[in-house]
Amino acid sequence: MSAVTTTSFGTIWRSARRNWMALAGLSMLAAAVIVAVFAPLIAPYDPKADLKVSIDDIYAPPSAAHWLGTDDAGRDVLSNFIYGARVSLIVGFFASFISVFIGGTIGITAGYFGGRVENILMRITDIMLVIPDLPLAVVLVALTKPSLMNIILVIGLLGWTGTARLVRSQTLSVKERKFVLRAKAIGCGHFHILRRHIFPLVLPLLVANTVLVISLAILEESTLSFLGLADPTTLSWGQMLNFAFTRGGVSAGAWWALIMPGLGIVWVVLGCTLLGQGLEQVLNPRLEWHHLSVGPKMVARGAKEERP
Amino acid sequence: MKRLTYLLRRLQWALLSILFVITLNFFLFRVLPGDPARAGIRDPRLTAQAQQAIRERFGLDKPVINCFETLNPLKLGKCGVNPLETQFFIYVGNLLRGELGTSYHTNRPVSSMLGEALLNTVLLVGAAQVFSIVFGIILGLVAAWKSHTAVDFTALTASLVAWSLPTFWLGIVLLFAGSTWLGLPVVGKLTPGMAYPHWGAKAADLGRHLILPTLTFTIVVLGEYMLVMRSTVLDVLSEDYILTAKAKGLSTFQILKDHALRNALLPMVTIVALNLGFTVAGAIQIETVFSWPGLGLAIFDAVGRRDYPMLQGAFLLIAVSVITANLIADLLYSYLDPRIQAGQS
Repeated sequence: MSAVTTTSFGTIWRSARRNWMALAGLSMLAAAVIVAVFAPLIAPYDPKADLKVSIDDIYAPPSAAHWLGTDDAGRDVLSNFIYGARVSLIVGFFASFISVFIGGTIGITAGYFGGRVENILMRITDIMLVIPDLPLAVVLVALTKPSLMNIILVIGLLGWTGTARLVRSQTLSVKERKFVLRAKAIGCGHFHILRRHIFPLVLPLLVANTVLVISLAILEESTLSFLGLADPTTLSWGQMLNFAFTRGGVSAGAWWALIMPGLGIVWVVLGCTLLGQGLEQVLNPRLEWHHLSVGPKMVARGAKEERP
Repeated sequence: MKRLTYLLRRLQWALLSILFVITLNFFLFRVLPGDPARAGIRDPRLTAQAQQAIRERFGLDKPVINCFETLNPLKLGKCGVNPLETQFFIYVGNLLRGELGTSYHTNRPVSSMLGEALLNTVLLVGAAQVFSIVFGIILGLVAAWKSHTAVDFTALTASLVAWSLPTFWLGIVLLFAGSTWLGLPVVGKLTPGMAYPHWGAKAADLGRHLILPTLTFTIVVLGEYMLVMRSTVLDVLSEDYILTAKAKGLSTFQILKDHALRNALLPMVTIVALNLGFTVAGAIQIETVFSWPGLGLAIFDAVGRRDYPMLQGAFLLIAVSVITANLIADLLYSYLDPRIQAGQS
């Protein structure tokens, strides 16, 4: 790609290295991805294997054989937990890819072309924005067949409004920059300007936004699964919590089956949130100090040359 | 004059959104798989006459909409049907009269079932919103004032963690802890079968049932309010009039109270109103966990029972409330900050 992209990402990486939020979030996410990828090597048991279950195996407390105890069907909680990371991350990545793709396209088109196109696109966005996501997702998932694919589609197709608005406003400000006007003046086509001049400058913000959209998608997936709307054979963290909660985990005192999946969700979502917030701080470094600051004063630094 | 134009435009826009939601709400349940008639009939062994009687009772024997088959492969209606006798027209007409249909499950009017549920949800959400707004504002203000200190770091981390908590899971954890160690009731609104000597005892019982769901709700919403408040106050505190106020010799407390807080409250108004959709999402989860008989639990139950009229009614009620809240936020914001209208027109 063009030189603009390299410098901007290089600058961002240099400031991100000094941002504790971005670093912490990135490490947390990396850990989760490693666990998900190498699940068959890490997990002590295979969750798909047939089990001979006796009454003592149900909600068995943590022991040497089962470090995190067993669940309502006598399965190893730790193994399910490790494999559950796969489902959450797959849903998070794919659903947010759909959302960001739709939102990014709509936002960049609306912002760049303006006029009637912008009016229509942003009106649609406004309508989608006021329709409450979760109730609609619940209805859609409940009316269609419960499968991982449907959950990804529903979350992805409902979650693009925020991205569209963000990308539009960023495009609006980039559009007014001198090099865009010059490119127009020498007769560059719309597609060329969008690809070479607008998109590279929208991209960093889009990346920061994507990370936050991933966290929302993961939260939504876990909620839908917990409400019992997911495919029960796909053991996501939300599904594990659904089983533990609806099948007597609370009265059995099985805290191990109730705590771990939730901690997994918090870990991944917090990782995304920290990374997203950190990246936003790097891209938008105005909040470093103020007139009543009591802490050590810091000078605004980082991607300053990227600001118009 | 300008304000009136702005007001009318926002109003027109809200009405258009509501029309869209009504249309979506109607077709969603007819286009997606799962015949609404079959969900209403339940038992396939019923005789054809009995099935027909049920269809007629819920108005499902009529064509869905006039003249749709040429446009749509789903063949929803025939041309030449009187448009006044289509399901869509009857649905809209009933809505205008405030009728939301009859529940498949209880055979009661949906509107009265929703009314009861809404009251319970407002009780739960209202209490939680008051707590989280007050604490969110205070925490955000202090965190921004003490930015880049241990206080700020702690408040920021706590808010980010609170923001990342899945609502239902926090509910489960608090339910587990509250019932095990504190002996708090965790199911429903009142203790079943309890006889109350006077209304005070009943209120106390209600209050005890409210503690854990309210706490869950407060923690989940608090994080976001605190984050928004913190970043707004940080913006405000970098403004030049803060420097002026400081130069005039005002105390820090005065600056925070009269300058920072006042100006930072503006965006909070919008956030609180816009948050209604998020609040509904929280209500579904918390009410499911604690079996609180509100709107969220009603939706959850209706999904399980395939009670389409109930689902439709609940969805419409929520969407209309969110649209109204947005409208109010817009108008309030333009009233509090007159620059908005100039910017939008």
